[in-house]
Amino acid sequence: MNMLTDAAVEQKLHSTSNEAAIKMRGKDVTVHYNGKQALFGVNLDVPEQQVTALIGPSGCGKSTFLRSLNRMNDTIEGCRVGGEITLDGDDVYDPRIDVVELRARVGMVFQKPNPFPKSIYENVAYGPRIHGIARNKSELDQIVESSLEKAALWSEVKDRLNEPGTGLSGGQQQRLCIARAIAVSPEVILMDEPCSALDPIATAKVEELIDELRENYTIVIVTHSMQQAARVSQRTAMFHLGYLVEEGATDKMFTNPDDKRTQDYITGRFG
Amino acid sequence: MAAQAITGHVDWKSDAMQARRRARYAADRRLQIYGMVAIFFALGFLAILVGTLSFTGYRAFVQTTATVEIDLSQADIDRGDLMGANWRNIVRDALRQQVGDIPRSDQRDYFNIFTSSAPFLVRDKVIADPDLLDGTARFSIPLSDPLDQLAKGQINPDLPENQRRVNDRQIEYFNQLQAKGLIAQPFNWGLFFNADSRFPELAGLAGAISGSFWALLVCFVISFPVGIAAAIYLEEFAPKNRLTDIIEININNLAAVPSVVFGLLGLAVFLGWFGLPRSAPLVGGMCLALMTLPTLIIVTRASLKSVPSSIREAALGIGASKHEAILHHILPLSMPTIMTGTIIGLAQALGETAPLLLVGMNAFITSPPAGIFEASTALPTQIYIWADSPERGFVARTSAAILVLLAFLVVMNAIAIFLRQRFERRW
Ligand SMILES: Nc1ncnc2c1ncn2[C@@H]1O[C@H](COP(=O)(O)OP(=O)(O)OP(=O)(O)O)[C@@H](O)[C@H]1O
Ligand SMILES: [Mg+2]
Repeated sequence: MNMLTDAAVEQKLHSTSNEAAIKMRGKDVTVHYNGKQALFGVNLDVPEQQVTALIGPSGCGKSTFLRSLNRMNDTIEGCRVGGEITLDGDDVYDPRIDVVELRARVGMVFQKPNPFPKSIYENVAYGPRIHGIARNKSELDQIVESSLEKAALWSEVKDRLNEPGTGLSGGQQQRLCIARAIAVSPEVILMDEPCSALDPIATAKVEELIDELRENYTIVIVTHSMQQAARVSQRTAMFHLGYLVEEGATDKMFTNPDDKRTQDYITGRFG
Repeated sequence: MAAQAITGHVDWKSDAMQARRRARYAADRRLQIYGMVAIFFALGFLAILVGTLSFTGYRAFVQTTATVEIDLSQADIDRGDLMGANWRNIVRDALRQQVGDIPRSDQRDYFNIFTSSAPFLVRDKVIADPDLLDGTARFSIPLSDPLDQLAKGQINPDLPENQRRVNDRQIEYFNQLQAKGLIAQPFNWGLFFNADSRFPELAGLAGAISGSFWALLVCFVISFPVGIAAAIYLEEFAPKNRLTDIIEININNLAAVPSVVFGLLGLAVFLGWFGLPRSAPLVGGMCLALMTLPTLIIVTRASLKSVPSSIREAALGIGASKHEAILHHILPLSMPTIMTGTIIGLAQALGETAPLLLVGMNAFITSPPAGIFEASTALPTQIYIWADSPERGFVARTSAAILVLLAFLVVMNAIAIFLRQRFERRW
């Protein structure tokens, strides 16, 4: 369970020092909800094929920042985003950008598992189908299988693909949602406290999964668990009251943070 | 009390506390009793309504008939021109043979025992089945309204002759027919399969039922898609600003506008400007659609709103476009509620009378409409017409028609409840 063994730290140091390309970049991001400011000038880079953890006390704007990355904030009445957010250098808030494409490339997994009240198969197949990713039924079957495989759920559900997704356990539902997100082959996966509704065993599975997914995807995860941030992420960003306090390599953040607030938060003195 | 609160000690067994609890339990029971009394009242009124209707209406569900054998092989009929045969004489000859000699002066009274349409009934039967011409066929001829009432005990034969609608000779002939076992009271299928008629013994609801069917079909075809589209736009696409607020307020207002106003509107616009045919189910249905539309929009919006936002986010989160999120997930999930609302709206439209009266769907039409452009009545307007008719037979038929209307309403509401239970979602 303890992933912060020396070897793991070694590996992490290695992967971060590799100067990964920047996948997404937030420049001076501000967000207002009905005129009330929730984010103040956040500058944050999300490196490719790494896990970036967003931490910070409740209400500090982690979800807000995460949702502005794929414009899920558009669905909130009275929400206004300022500054610049880029995906591979393109401004995602450019009016010419195709939101559907953006959300296909930047997928999202929510805090509460939200499978469609349809079969397990349909849940996963829906995305590829609307995006026209599969050319025929057997390709679709393949996508469904490999997505469930990658989400470490295949062995548990392969005999019951036609049963409703809502009939799975909480942890299985969350992995189903992850499979659904993977099925459209996104480049970035945003996860908002994906494990908050899960027991430790399911949490461990999801964490393992995140670690594997890193090979192919760029992941941004919001978490309230310092251990989780330390275990799964290579980079960590600390938010406080709508400001980005500090960001950097996870092991440095957890061993030797620059900001006193980060230190206090990590050691449990507030939050 | 204050002291108790401070020490944290409450004597729950004290007289005051016990009395207080008893009073509270009594209040519980009172509330329960009020509710039961209210339900008792509601059910009581319903029972009285259905009871009186059944009491006056049950007689209309049977019709007194005479079974008459006619030897058609002997009759003078040209097989090539069945319409042109003298059916009046053929039927009168046959009727005359059922009783002994009838003096000439009595013949008129005797023939009036039977429905005056008897020749047409026989003719239509023969045209439908020409093989009847080869021998003796039996025909079931409805008796005319006064004799029907006599047979059903609604006319007292002991009254002086000038105070009743059947005279002594008719009673005598009726008794003769009955003695020969020719009189029967079978179930009155004509009530459902005949169109309207001046003669109660022939009047049925076929025209009204099909008129209501066509009108409701028009109403559904217009209000369902328009209502859903409007609701989806208002709920999912419309910006929330003063204009949409005004639209919303006005839609809610429309739901409360008396239906007669929609009838006047239909009269002025659909008949006056568009020049659509009077009395047609098309126009009636359009008025009903105006009336149903606001209800449908309100129900649809409420059910769209009740789909949890996590479903919307799940769809958008994997890159579904707005119309995909709505059409694939949100709308299907709210469909059961929308269906329920639609059926309840249609049930309301089925019983609506005023707008139909204004666009002329209370005309006297003796054949069921074959489509939405033909003049027709509807169930509620048929009830209105019959209630206005003086013949005794129409009194029972009015009640029977109301029972039929209520039966349709019960069926529609039962379907609504069934749909609600069958498709109820749990999140
Ligand atoms: N839909 C909304 N409407 C108005 N204000 C909002 C909305 N969502 C968030 N906020 C406000 O924005 C601020 C940041 O909220 P956000 O949800 O991003 O916090 P968070 O860091 O994700 O907290 P938590 O850890 O509790 O999820 C809070 O002050 C919150 O009240
Ligand atoms: Mg949050």
